[in-house]
Amino acid sequence: MEREHLSKQFDAELNEIRGKLLEMGGKVEAMIAGAMQSLLERDSELAERTIAFDHEINRLEMEIDDKCLAVMARRQPTARDLRFLTLALKIVTDLERMGDQCVSIAKRARELNLEPVLKPYIDLPRMAHAAAGMVREALDAFMSGDEKLAIKVCEDDQLVDDLNEQLQRELLTFMMEDPASISRAIKINHISKCLERIADHATNVAEMVIFMLKGKDVRHNAV
Amino acid sequence: MTCKVRLEALNIHFGKTHAVKDIGMDFPEHSVTAIIGPSGCGKSTMLRSINRMHDLVPSARVTGRILVDDADIYAREVDPVSIRRRIGMVFQKPNPFPAMSIYDNVVAGHKLNCRLVKGEADEIVETSLKRVALWDEVKDRLKTNAMNLSGGQQQRLCIARTIAVKPEVILMDEPASALDPISTLKIEELIEELKERYTIIIVTHNMQQAARVSDFTAFLYIGELIEFGETKKIFTTPEKKQTEDYITGRFG
Repeated sequence: MEREHLSKQFDAELNEIRGKLLEMGGKVEAMIAGAMQSLLERDSELAERTIAFDHEINRLEMEIDDKCLAVMARRQPTARDLRFLTLALKIVTDLERMGDQCVSIAKRARELNLEPVLKPYIDLPRMAHAAAGMVREALDAFMSGDEKLAIKVCEDDQLVDDLNEQLQRELLTFMMEDPASISRAIKINHISKCLERIADHATNVAEMVIFMLKGKDVRHNAV
Repeated sequence: MTCKVRLEALNIHFGKTHAVKDIGMDFPEHSVTAIIGPSGCGKSTMLRSINRMHDLVPSARVTGRILVDDADIYAREVDPVSIRRRIGMVFQKPNPFPAMSIYDNVVAGHKLNCRLVKGEADEIVETSLKRVALWDEVKDRLKTNAMNLSGGQQQRLCIARTIAVKPEVILMDEPASALDPISTLKIEELIEELKERYTIIIVTHNMQQAARVSDFTAFLYIGELIEFGETKKIFTTPEKKQTEDYITGRFG
């Protein structure tokens, strides 16, 4: 069990930041689900709502940034508290970028919904499912200090990368067979790339969690 | 880095109290080492043993060895006065000699040891005061009483008095805790400059101060050395949970 600070207020401030980060993570997950649903169910209104929802993610990013800076200025945090706060500042950036990727997906979905379906979507939902799971698990690892879970997230990234490559190859065959499919294939390819980027951001978060827990930097190396 | 001061199995007892327990560590030359820890952890006791200040306390018993440049300062043939000339001390409360002028305070150490030629004394006063960044503030009133200076100026004067006798090591026991924030920053700035010439060991309650001024940090708890390492490491990723809990404000 984590020992508490002598200052209860300090603990309360850190807990508030934790809560806001969880809230932001939950909203990013909802955005991934909304963007994908707008594509799979050809629901352009949902795509619009998802695009508009990004505003909420941006607002949380600024709010968390602000709270982190206030705690740093007032408390001069050290060691694990310092690692937590610098990490929180970086995690919000990754979460915010995930939101931007969801906006891109929703925009492509809105365009694709105006054209006939090129092919049944099989790999994209699998990628989205895996990426959303990684986001959730990376944040869970951050909250519970679970190093094993963070390592699992880093490993899961491979699955999404593989699916992305597989889909790209498949789309290439569509485009070679029928030039009329190129415009749609490029958009699907773009969505695939967005999901792959979301998984990368989740991996960044997981790597930072490992750093927070162990003080060991695993970025740019194999875990 | 060369080791300037080495503690070997240092134990200090006051009567039945075991204040410092079996501490061994090296203080690197030309660097600042901070000693931190909760009240009563033995940090001042340990610091004072490095210039044999416990010699005057009848109930104090120091065992183990303290080596300065590989020579034991507690060896039988060593004169404690010569040790205190090589190892200066700055205290928490500025303590200029009250009946003396600024000038006389700086050369007090020399006057105790030998007679000084006038020109030589002038030079020592100027160099020492310049080195503590006090010269410009006091050069026109060197003959006035030192007690007229502000607290921060008095403390810098005391540091000037310490370095006037050209010590090798400067021990500082909470040198800024009685000063206002600006004077504190000036002392910290000074410590940074002084380490080029001297080896500095500083005891401080203020952890942010330790983080700002020191190259190495030692964390003591109930007389034991819990962790010693580079300051950057201690304040970002300490090895021991006890160190982490203390510096993050989880006990103390």
